[in-house]
Amino acid sequence: MRFSKDHEWVELADDIATIGITAYAAQQLGDVVFVELPAVGKTVTAGEEMAVVESVKAASDVFAPISGIVTHANDALSDNPQTVNDAPEHAGWFVKVQVSDPRQVEVMMDRAAYEAYLATL
Amino acid sequence: MTPFGGYDMPVQYPLGILKEHLWTRDHAGLFDVSHMGPAWLDLVDKSGDGDADHRAVAALVEPLVSGDIVGLKPGQLRYTLLLNQAGGICDDLVIGRPAARDQQGRLYIVVNAGTKDGDFALIAASAGDRARLKRADDHALMALQGPAAADTLEAVWPGICAMAFMTFATRDLAGHNVTVARCGYTGEDGFEILAPAQMGELLWNRLLADPRVQPVGLGARDSLRLEAGLPLYGHDIDATTSPYEAGLAFAVSKRRLKSADFPGAVRLTGEQSGRLTRVRVGLRGLAGAPAREGAAITDGAGEAIGVVTSGGFSPTIGGPIAMGYVPPMFSAVGTRLCLIVRGKSQPAEVVALPFVPHRYVRQPAKF
Repeated sequence: MRFSKDHEWVELADDIATIGITAYAAQQLGDVVFVELPAVGKTVTAGEEMAVVESVKAASDVFAPISGIVTHANDALSDNPQTVNDAPEHAGWFVKVQVSDPRQVEVMMDRAAYEAYLATL
Repeated sequence: MTPFGGYDMPVQYPLGILKEHLWTRDHAGLFDVSHMGPAWLDLVDKSGDGDADHRAVAALVEPLVSGDIVGLKPGQLRYTLLLNQAGGICDDLVIGRPAARDQQGRLYIVVNAGTKDGDFALIAASAGDRARLKRADDHALMALQGPAAADTLEAVWPGICAMAFMTFATRDLAGHNVTVARCGYTGEDGFEILAPAQMGELLWNRLLADPRVQPVGLGARDSLRLEAGLPLYGHDIDATTSPYEAGLAFAVSKRRLKSADFPGAVRLTGEQSGRLTRVRVGLRGLAGAPAREGAAITDGAGEAIGVVTSGGFSPTIGGPIAMGYVPPMFSAVGTRLCLIVRGKSQPAEVVALPFVPHRYVRQPAKF
Protein backbone atom coordinates (compact mmCIF):
# COMPACT_ATOMS: atom_id res chain seq x y z
CA MET A 1 0.00 0.00 0.00
CA ARG A 2 1.24 3.47 -0.97
CA PHE A 3 0.21 6.88 0.31
CA SER A 4 -0.17 10.48 -0.92
CA LYS A 5 0.36 13.74 0.95
CA ASP A 6 -3.38 14.37 0.45
CA HIS A 7 -4.02 11.28 2.62
CA GLU A 8 -5.18 8.83 -0.01
CA TRP A 9 -3.94 5.26 -0.16
CA VAL A 10 -3.40 3.15 -3.28
CA GLU A 11 -3.00 -0.62 -3.49
CA LEU A 12 -1.88 -1.98 -6.83
CA ALA A 13 -2.75 -5.49 -8.12
CA ASP A 14 -1.55 -5.95 -11.70
CA ASP A 15 -2.73 -2.77 -13.40
CA ILE A 16 -5.76 -2.19 -11.13
CA ALA A 17 -5.26 0.28 -8.28
CA THR A 18 -7.69 0.39 -5.35
CA ILE A 19 -7.95 3.89 -3.89
CA GLY A 20 -9.31 5.12 -0.56
CA ILE A 21 -8.62 7.68 2.14
CA THR A 22 -6.27 6.94 5.04
CA ALA A 23 -7.26 6.28 8.64
CA TYR A 24 -5.73 9.67 9.47
CA ALA A 25 -7.96 11.42 6.91
CA ALA A 26 -11.07 9.58 8.11
CA GLN A 27 -10.31 10.52 11.70
CA GLN A 28 -9.78 14.17 10.73
CA LEU A 29 -13.05 14.30 8.78
CA GLY A 30 -15.13 12.90 11.60
CA ASP A 31 -18.31 10.92 10.99
CA VAL A 32 -18.75 10.45 7.25
CA VAL A 33 -22.39 10.79 6.15
CA PHE A 34 -22.15 10.85 2.35
CA VAL A 35 -19.67 9.86 -0.35
CA GLU A 36 -19.93 10.96 -3.98
CA LEU A 37 -17.94 8.67 -6.28
CA PRO A 38 -17.04 8.96 -9.98
CA ALA A 39 -18.95 6.85 -12.49
CA VAL A 40 -17.38 3.67 -13.88
CA GLY A 41 -15.61 4.47 -17.15
CA LYS A 42 -14.65 7.98 -16.09
CA THR A 43 -11.04 9.06 -16.50
CA VAL A 44 -9.47 10.48 -13.34
CA THR A 45 -6.34 12.61 -13.42
CA ALA A 46 -3.68 12.74 -10.72
CA GLY A 47 -4.10 15.84 -8.55
CA GLU A 48 -7.64 16.55 -9.73
CA GLU A 49 -10.93 16.11 -7.87
CA MET A 50 -12.10 12.52 -7.99
CA ALA A 51 -14.73 12.22 -5.26
CA VAL A 52 -16.43 14.22 -2.51
CA VAL A 53 -16.74 13.03 1.04
CA GLU A 54 -19.18 14.72 3.42
CA SER A 55 -18.81 14.47 7.15
CA VAL A 56 -21.19 15.97 9.70
CA LYS A 57 -18.73 18.88 9.73
CA ALA A 58 -18.27 19.75 6.04
CA ALA A 59 -17.79 18.57 2.47
CA SER A 60 -14.22 17.75 1.38
CA ASP A 61 -12.81 17.03 -2.05
CA VAL A 62 -10.84 13.84 -2.58
CA PHE A 63 -8.09 14.21 -5.19
CA ALA A 64 -7.03 11.37 -7.45
CA PRO A 65 -3.52 10.31 -6.36
CA ILE A 66 -2.89 8.72 -9.78
CA SER A 67 -4.36 8.85 -13.29
CA GLY A 68 -6.45 6.11 -14.89
CA ILE A 69 -9.92 4.87 -15.81
CA VAL A 70 -12.48 3.96 -13.11
CA THR A 71 -13.39 0.27 -13.33
CA HIS A 72 -15.30 -0.08 -10.02
CA ALA A 73 -16.89 2.32 -7.53
CA ASN A 74 -17.65 1.15 -3.99
CA ASP A 75 -21.44 1.53 -4.17
CA ALA A 76 -21.83 0.02 -0.68
CA LEU A 77 -20.68 3.39 0.67
CA SER A 78 -23.90 5.08 -0.46
CA ASP A 79 -25.90 3.01 2.04
CA ASN A 80 -23.15 2.79 4.66
CA PRO A 81 -20.89 5.86 4.44
CA GLN A 82 -19.82 5.13 8.04
CA THR A 83 -17.69 2.30 6.62
CA VAL A 84 -15.16 5.00 5.67
CA ASN A 85 -14.67 5.65 9.40
CA ASP A 86 -14.91 2.02 10.49
CA ALA A 87 -12.49 0.52 7.93
CA PRO A 88 -10.92 3.34 5.89
CA GLU A 89 -8.06 1.23 4.54
CA HIS A 90 -10.17 -1.90 3.86
CA ALA A 91 -13.95 -2.05 3.22
CA GLY A 92 -14.08 1.75 3.00
CA TRP A 93 -12.25 1.88 -0.35
CA PHE A 94 -13.61 4.40 -2.88
CA VAL A 95 -12.75 3.28 -6.41
CA LYS A 96 -10.69 0.82 -8.47
CA VAL A 97 -8.80 2.40 -11.32
CA GLN A 98 -7.04 0.87 -14.30
CA VAL A 99 -3.74 2.71 -14.24
CA SER A 100 -2.03 3.92 -17.35
CA ASP A 101 1.41 3.76 -15.78
CA PRO A 102 2.06 1.62 -12.66
CA ARG A 103 5.20 3.62 -11.91
CA GLN A 104 2.90 6.41 -10.66
CA VAL A 105 2.22 4.23 -7.65
CA GLU A 106 5.78 3.15 -7.01
CA VAL A 107 6.96 6.73 -6.49
CA MET A 108 4.36 7.33 -3.75
CA MET A 109 5.24 7.08 -0.04
CA ASP A 110 5.35 3.68 1.64
CA ARG A 111 3.77 3.33 5.10
CA ALA A 112 6.94 4.23 7.00
CA ALA A 113 7.42 7.37 4.91
CA TYR A 114 3.73 8.31 5.29
CA GLU A 115 3.87 7.86 9.06
CA ALA A 116 7.01 10.01 9.16
CA TYR A 117 5.11 12.61 7.10
CA LEU A 118 2.13 12.50 9.52
CA ALA A 119 4.52 13.14 12.40
CA THR A 120 5.48 16.46 10.77
CA LEU A 121 1.86 17.72 10.60
CA MET B 1 -11.46 24.10 18.21
CA THR B 2 -12.99 26.78 16.01
CA PRO B 3 -13.53 30.56 16.34
CA PHE B 4 -17.20 31.41 17.01
CA GLY B 5 -18.57 34.81 18.00
CA GLY B 6 -15.13 35.89 19.23
CA TYR B 7 -14.60 32.71 21.28
CA ASP B 8 -12.54 29.59 20.73
CA MET B 9 -15.09 26.76 20.83
CA PRO B 10 -14.76 22.99 20.62
CA VAL B 11 -16.51 21.64 17.50
CA GLN B 12 -16.57 18.22 19.11
CA TYR B 13 -15.34 16.24 22.11
CA PRO B 14 -13.77 12.77 21.82
CA LEU B 15 -17.17 11.14 21.19
CA GLY B 16 -17.53 13.00 17.86
CA ILE B 17 -20.43 15.03 16.45
CA LEU B 18 -22.66 12.12 15.42
CA LYS B 19 -22.49 10.25 18.74
CA GLU B 20 -22.70 13.48 20.76
CA HIS B 21 -25.86 14.37 18.86
CA LEU B 22 -27.52 10.98 19.40
CA TRP B 23 -26.39 10.88 23.03
CA THR B 24 -28.18 14.19 23.66
CA ARG B 25 -31.40 12.86 22.10
CA ASP B 26 -31.18 9.64 24.17
CA HIS B 27 -29.61 10.78 27.47
CA ALA B 28 -28.15 14.22 28.30
CA GLY B 29 -25.57 16.43 26.62
CA LEU B 30 -23.61 19.13 28.44
CA PHE B 31 -22.77 22.25 26.40
CA ASP B 32 -20.47 25.10 27.39
CA VAL B 33 -22.39 28.13 26.09
CA SER B 34 -20.41 30.74 28.04
CA HIS B 35 -19.92 32.63 24.77
CA MET B 36 -23.53 33.78 24.91
CA GLY B 37 -24.56 37.12 26.41
CA PRO B 38 -26.39 36.89 29.75
CA ALA B 39 -27.15 40.14 31.58
CA TRP B 40 -29.35 41.64 34.27
CA LEU B 41 -31.31 44.86 33.90
CA ASP B 42 -32.09 46.47 37.26
CA LEU B 43 -34.54 49.29 37.85
CA VAL B 44 -32.76 52.09 39.74
CA ASP B 45 -35.65 53.58 41.72
CA LYS B 46 -37.77 50.72 43.01
CA SER B 47 -41.14 51.46 44.58
CA GLY B 48 -41.26 48.21 46.53
CA ASP B 49 -44.46 47.20 44.74
CA GLY B 50 -43.28 44.11 42.84
CA ASP B 51 -45.77 44.31 39.99
CA ALA B 52 -45.27 48.05 39.51
CA ASP B 53 -41.48 47.64 39.54
CA HIS B 54 -41.69 44.83 36.98
CA ARG B 55 -43.94 46.93 34.75
CA ALA B 56 -41.48 49.83 35.00
CA VAL B 57 -38.40 47.82 34.02
CA ALA B 58 -40.27 45.87 31.32
CA ALA B 59 -41.50 49.13 29.78
CA LEU B 60 -37.86 50.15 29.22
CA VAL B 61 -37.17 47.07 27.06
CA GLU B 62 -40.50 46.62 25.30
CA PRO B 63 -39.95 49.44 22.77
CA LEU B 64 -37.06 47.36 21.32
CA VAL B 65 -38.72 43.95 21.06
CA SER B 66 -41.80 42.26 19.62
CA GLY B 67 -42.81 40.34 22.73
CA ASP B 68 -44.98 40.93 25.76
CA ILE B 69 -42.44 41.64 28.51
CA VAL B 70 -44.78 43.57 30.83
CA GLY B 71 -47.06 40.52 30.92
CA LEU B 72 -44.36 38.10 32.15
CA LYS B 73 -45.37 36.22 35.29
CA PRO B 74 -42.85 35.89 38.14
CA GLY B 75 -40.30 33.24 37.16
CA GLN B 76 -41.31 33.21 33.49
CA LEU B 77 -38.91 33.34 30.52
CA ARG B 78 -39.90 34.40 27.03
CA TYR B 79 -38.21 34.01 23.62
CA THR B 80 -38.43 37.35 21.85
CA LEU B 81 -36.89 39.37 19.01
CA LEU B 82 -34.97 42.64 18.89
CA LEU B 83 -36.16 44.42 15.75
CA ASN B 84 -34.81 47.24 13.58
CA GLN B 85 -36.87 50.07 12.08
CA ALA B 86 -37.41 48.01 8.92
CA GLY B 87 -38.91 45.13 10.93
CA GLY B 88 -35.78 42.99 10.44
CA ILE B 89 -34.39 40.91 13.28
CA CYS B 90 -31.35 42.39 15.14
CA ASP B 91 -31.20 39.32 17.36
CA ASP B 92 -33.27 36.63 18.98
CA LEU B 93 -33.05 36.53 22.76
CA VAL B 94 -34.65 35.37 25.98
CA ILE B 95 -36.01 37.73 28.63
CA GLY B 96 -37.18 36.59 32.06
CA ARG B 97 -38.82 38.01 35.18
CA PRO B 98 -37.35 36.66 38.45
CA ALA B 99 -39.67 34.72 40.74
CA ALA B 100 -38.42 36.08 44.06
CA ARG B 101 -40.41 38.89 45.64
CA ASP B 102 -37.24 40.88 46.45
CA GLN B 103 -36.02 40.58 42.83
CA GLN B 104 -38.88 42.44 41.13
CA GLY B 105 -37.84 45.34 38.94
CA ARG B 106 -35.13 43.13 37.45
CA LEU B 107 -34.98 41.32 34.09
CA TYR B 108 -32.78 38.40 33.07
CA ILE B 109 -31.64 38.75 29.47
CA VAL B 110 -29.68 36.28 27.33
CA VAL B 111 -28.57 37.33 23.83
CA ASN B 112 -26.37 35.73 21.15
CA ALA B 113 -22.57 35.85 21.27
CA GLY B 114 -21.97 37.57 17.94
CA THR B 115 -24.52 40.33 18.56
CA LYS B 116 -24.12 41.06 22.25
CA ASP B 117 -22.26 44.37 22.06
CA GLY B 118 -24.90 45.86 19.75
CA ASP B 119 -27.79 44.37 21.71
CA PHE B 120 -26.51 45.58 25.07
CA ALA B 121 -25.87 49.08 23.65
CA LEU B 122 -29.50 49.22 22.45
CA ILE B 123 -30.87 48.03 25.77
CA ALA B 124 -28.64 50.34 27.83
CA ALA B 125 -29.60 53.32 25.66
CA SER B 126 -33.30 52.53 25.99
CA ALA B 127 -32.96 52.14 29.77
CA GLY B 128 -31.12 55.46 30.12
CA ASP B 129 -30.57 56.29 33.77
CA ARG B 130 -33.73 54.53 34.89
CA ALA B 131 -32.19 51.04 34.88
CA ARG B 132 -28.68 49.63 35.03
CA LEU B 133 -27.52 46.88 32.68
CA LYS B 134 -25.14 44.47 34.36
CA ARG B 135 -23.47 42.15 31.86
CA ALA B 136 -22.84 38.63 33.12
CA ASP B 137 -20.90 37.34 30.12
CA ASP B 138 -17.91 36.92 32.44
CA HIS B 139 -19.93 34.09 34.05
CA ALA B 140 -19.99 30.42 33.06
CA LEU B 141 -23.14 29.44 31.16
CA MET B 142 -23.84 25.76 30.58
CA ALA B 143 -26.71 23.95 28.92
CA LEU B 144 -27.73 20.46 29.98
CA GLN B 145 -30.08 19.06 27.34
CA GLY B 146 -31.85 15.77 26.77
CA PRO B 147 -34.40 13.41 28.33
CA ALA B 148 -32.08 12.62 31.29
CA ALA B 149 -31.30 16.30 32.01
CA ALA B 150 -34.00 16.76 34.65
CA ASP B 151 -33.12 13.61 36.61
CA THR B 152 -29.44 14.52 36.48
CA LEU B 153 -30.07 17.99 37.81
CA GLU B 154 -32.52 16.70 40.41
CA ALA B 155 -29.54 14.97 42.07
CA VAL B 156 -27.76 18.34 42.31
CA TRP B 157 -30.78 20.47 43.26
CA PRO B 158 -33.67 18.38 44.65
CA GLY B 159 -37.01 19.75 43.48
CA ILE B 160 -35.68 21.18 40.20
CA CYS B 161 -37.91 18.76 38.23
CA ALA B 162 -40.96 20.73 39.38
CA MET B 163 -39.91 23.71 37.23
CA ALA B 164 -41.92 24.20 34.05
CA PHE B 165 -40.30 24.79 30.65
CA MET B 166 -39.47 28.50 30.08
CA THR B 167 -39.19 29.34 33.77
CA PHE B 168 -36.08 30.12 35.83
CA ALA B 169 -35.03 30.21 39.47
CA THR B 170 -32.05 30.83 41.74
CA ARG B 171 -30.26 27.89 43.39
CA ASP B 172 -27.20 27.49 45.60
CA LEU B 173 -23.93 25.96 44.40
CA ALA B 174 -21.30 25.67 47.14
CA GLY B 175 -22.39 28.97 48.66
CA HIS B 176 -22.81 30.82 45.36
CA ASN B 177 -26.03 31.86 43.67
CA VAL B 178 -26.62 30.24 40.31
CA THR B 179 -29.47 30.90 37.89
CA VAL B 180 -31.17 27.78 36.56
CA ALA B 181 -33.48 28.21 33.55
CA ARG B 182 -35.50 25.34 32.09
CA CYS B 183 -34.95 26.05 28.42
CA GLY B 184 -32.55 25.28 25.60
CA TYR B 185 -32.04 25.14 21.87
CA THR B 186 -31.98 21.46 20.99
CA GLY B 187 -35.70 20.62 20.95
CA GLU B 188 -35.17 18.52 24.08
CA ASP B 189 -36.15 19.22 27.66
CA GLY B 190 -33.21 20.84 29.40
CA PHE B 191 -31.69 23.58 31.48
CA GLU B 192 -29.28 26.47 31.15
CA ILE B 193 -27.23 27.29 34.23
CA LEU B 194 -25.49 30.61 34.86
CA ALA B 195 -22.76 30.46 37.51
CA PRO B 196 -19.88 32.72 38.57
CA ALA B 197 -16.79 31.91 36.48
CA GLN B 198 -14.87 30.44 39.43
CA MET B 199 -17.70 27.90 39.89
CA GLY B 200 -17.69 26.88 36.24
CA GLU B 201 -15.23 24.02 36.50
CA LEU B 202 -16.87 22.62 39.62
CA LEU B 203 -20.32 22.69 38.00
CA TRP B 204 -19.03 21.20 34.70
CA ASN B 205 -17.25 18.35 36.50
CA ARG B 206 -20.16 17.72 38.85
CA LEU B 207 -22.61 17.36 35.97
CA LEU B 208 -20.19 15.24 33.93
CA ALA B 209 -19.72 12.89 36.88
CA ASP B 210 -23.21 11.55 36.11
CA PRO B 211 -22.84 8.63 33.66
CA ARG B 212 -25.91 9.86 31.74
CA VAL B 213 -24.05 13.05 30.76
CA GLN B 214 -21.51 13.52 27.93
CA PRO B 215 -19.88 16.79 26.83
CA VAL B 216 -21.19 18.04 23.47
CA GLY B 217 -19.51 20.54 21.14
CA LEU B 218 -20.62 23.20 18.69
CA GLY B 219 -21.02 20.71 15.82
CA ALA B 220 -23.79 18.70 17.48
CA ARG B 221 -25.31 21.86 18.96
CA ASP B 222 -25.83 23.00 15.37
CA SER B 223 -27.24 19.70 14.10
CA LEU B 224 -29.57 19.42 17.13
CA ARG B 225 -31.02 22.91 16.69
CA LEU B 226 -31.35 22.31 12.94
CA GLU B 227 -33.38 19.12 13.52
CA ALA B 228 -35.49 21.09 16.01
CA GLY B 229 -36.19 23.66 13.25
CA LEU B 230 -34.76 26.46 15.40
CA PRO B 231 -33.21 29.40 13.51
CA LEU B 232 -29.57 30.36 14.06
CA TYR B 233 -29.02 34.10 14.12
CA GLY B 234 -26.81 35.36 11.28
CA HIS B 235 -27.77 32.32 9.18
CA ASP B 236 -31.52 31.58 9.20
CA ILE B 237 -32.51 35.02 10.47
CA ASP B 238 -30.77 38.38 10.11
CA ALA B 239 -31.38 42.12 9.87
CA THR B 240 -33.38 41.64 6.64
CA THR B 241 -35.71 38.83 7.73
CA SER B 242 -38.90 39.61 9.60
CA PRO B 243 -40.51 37.46 12.30
CA TYR B 244 -43.31 36.40 9.91
CA GLU B 245 -40.94 35.45 7.10
CA ALA B 246 -38.95 33.43 9.62
CA GLY B 247 -42.04 31.61 10.95
CA LEU B 248 -41.61 33.25 14.35
CA ALA B 249 -45.12 34.74 14.60
CA PHE B 250 -45.40 33.27 18.11
CA ALA B 251 -42.72 35.77 19.20
CA VAL B 252 -44.88 38.73 18.17
CA SER B 253 -47.29 39.70 20.94
CA LYS B 254 -50.89 40.38 19.79
CA ARG B 255 -51.12 43.26 22.23
CA ARG B 256 -47.87 44.78 20.94
CA LEU B 257 -48.94 44.37 17.31
CA LYS B 258 -52.27 46.08 18.05
CA SER B 259 -50.57 49.06 19.66
CA ALA B 260 -47.76 48.99 17.00
CA ASP B 261 -45.32 50.36 19.57
CA PHE B 262 -42.07 48.68 18.47
CA PRO B 263 -39.62 49.10 15.55
CA GLY B 264 -40.88 47.80 12.23
CA ALA B 265 -44.47 47.43 13.45
CA VAL B 266 -45.78 48.77 10.12
CA ARG B 267 -44.10 46.00 8.12
CA LEU B 268 -45.22 43.37 10.60
CA THR B 269 -48.83 44.53 10.49
CA GLY B 270 -48.80 44.15 6.70
CA GLU B 271 -47.11 40.77 6.79
CA GLN B 272 -49.42 39.44 9.45
CA SER B 273 -52.32 39.87 7.03
CA GLY B 274 -50.46 37.71 4.49
CA ARG B 275 -48.32 40.10 2.46
CA LEU B 276 -45.14 37.99 2.41
CA THR B 277 -42.63 37.52 -0.41
CA ARG B 278 -40.67 34.68 1.22
CA VAL B 279 -41.05 32.28 4.12
CA ARG B 280 -38.74 29.92 5.96
CA VAL B 281 -39.39 26.25 5.16
CA GLY B 282 -37.98 22.88 6.11
CA LEU B 283 -36.57 20.76 3.28
CA ARG B 284 -35.90 17.05 3.34
CA GLY B 285 -33.30 15.95 0.80
CA LEU B 286 -34.61 12.89 -1.07
CA ALA B 287 -31.24 11.88 -2.57
CA GLY B 288 -27.65 12.96 -2.71
CA ALA B 289 -25.39 15.04 -0.51
CA PRO B 290 -26.61 17.44 2.18
CA ALA B 291 -27.16 21.00 0.92
CA ARG B 292 -25.32 23.54 3.05
CA GLU B 293 -25.86 27.25 3.69
CA GLY B 294 -25.86 29.21 0.43
CA ALA B 295 -27.08 26.37 -1.82
CA ALA B 296 -29.67 27.52 -4.36
CA ILE B 297 -33.26 26.23 -4.18
CA THR B 298 -34.98 25.78 -7.55
CA ASP B 299 -38.48 24.81 -8.60
CA GLY B 300 -39.16 21.74 -10.73
CA ALA B 301 -38.36 23.71 -13.89
CA GLY B 302 -34.91 24.66 -12.60
CA GLU B 303 -35.79 28.28 -11.87
CA ALA B 304 -33.96 29.66 -8.79
CA ILE B 305 -36.56 30.54 -6.14
CA GLY B 306 -34.57 30.74 -2.91
CA VAL B 307 -31.49 29.92 -0.88
CA VAL B 308 -30.64 27.41 1.85
CA THR B 309 -29.80 29.17 5.14
CA SER B 310 -28.66 26.09 7.04
CA GLY B 311 -28.42 22.47 6.14
CA GLY B 312 -26.65 19.26 6.91
CA PHE B 313 -27.02 15.62 7.72
CA SER B 314 -29.67 14.76 10.33
CA PRO B 315 -28.34 12.02 12.61
CA THR B 316 -31.85 11.30 13.97
CA ILE B 317 -33.51 11.01 10.55
CA GLY B 318 -30.41 9.56 8.86
CA GLY B 319 -30.57 11.83 5.83
CA PRO B 320 -30.05 15.39 4.60
CA ILE B 321 -32.20 18.24 5.93
CA ALA B 322 -32.11 21.98 5.31
CA MET B 323 -33.94 25.21 6.04
CA GLY B 324 -34.25 28.08 3.60
CA TYR B 325 -36.48 30.79 2.22
CA VAL B 326 -38.89 30.38 -0.71
CA PRO B 327 -41.90 32.37 -2.00
CA PRO B 328 -45.12 31.35 -0.17
CA MET B 329 -46.50 29.57 -3.29
CA PHE B 330 -43.72 26.97 -2.89
CA SER B 331 -44.03 26.58 0.88
CA ALA B 332 -46.81 23.98 1.18
CA VAL B 333 -45.76 20.71 2.80
CA GLY B 334 -45.14 18.12 0.09
CA THR B 335 -43.99 20.62 -2.57
CA ARG B 336 -41.18 19.09 -4.66
CA LEU B 337 -38.18 21.40 -5.10
CA CYS B 338 -34.50 20.95 -5.98
CA LEU B 339 -31.33 21.87 -4.12
CA ILE B 340 -28.19 22.66 -6.10
CA VAL B 341 -25.19 20.96 -4.50
CA ARG B 342 -21.84 21.42 -6.28
CA GLY B 343 -23.62 22.09 -9.55
CA LYS B 344 -25.90 19.04 -9.27
CA SER B 345 -29.65 19.33 -8.88
CA GLN B 346 -30.93 17.10 -6.07
CA PRO B 347 -34.60 16.45 -5.32
CA ALA B 348 -36.03 17.72 -2.03
CA GLU B 349 -39.46 18.03 -0.47
CA VAL B 350 -40.93 20.74 1.74
CA VAL B 351 -41.66 19.25 5.17
CA ALA B 352 -43.16 20.65 8.36
CA LEU B 353 -40.80 22.10 10.98
CA PRO B 354 -39.47 20.86 13.33
CA PHE B 355 -37.88 17.90 11.56
CA VAL B 356 -37.69 16.08 14.90
CA PRO B 357 -40.56 16.71 17.37
CA HIS B 358 -39.82 18.94 20.37
CA ARG B 359 -39.96 17.21 23.75
CA TYR B 360 -40.26 20.17 26.12
CA VAL B 361 -41.71 19.52 29.59
CA ARG B 362 -44.34 22.24 29.73
CA GLN B 363 -46.24 20.87 32.71
CA PRO B 364 -43.98 18.81 34.97
CA ALA B 365 -45.52 15.96 36.93
CA LYS B 366 -46.54 16.94 40.47
CA PHE B 367 -44.49 15.41 43.28
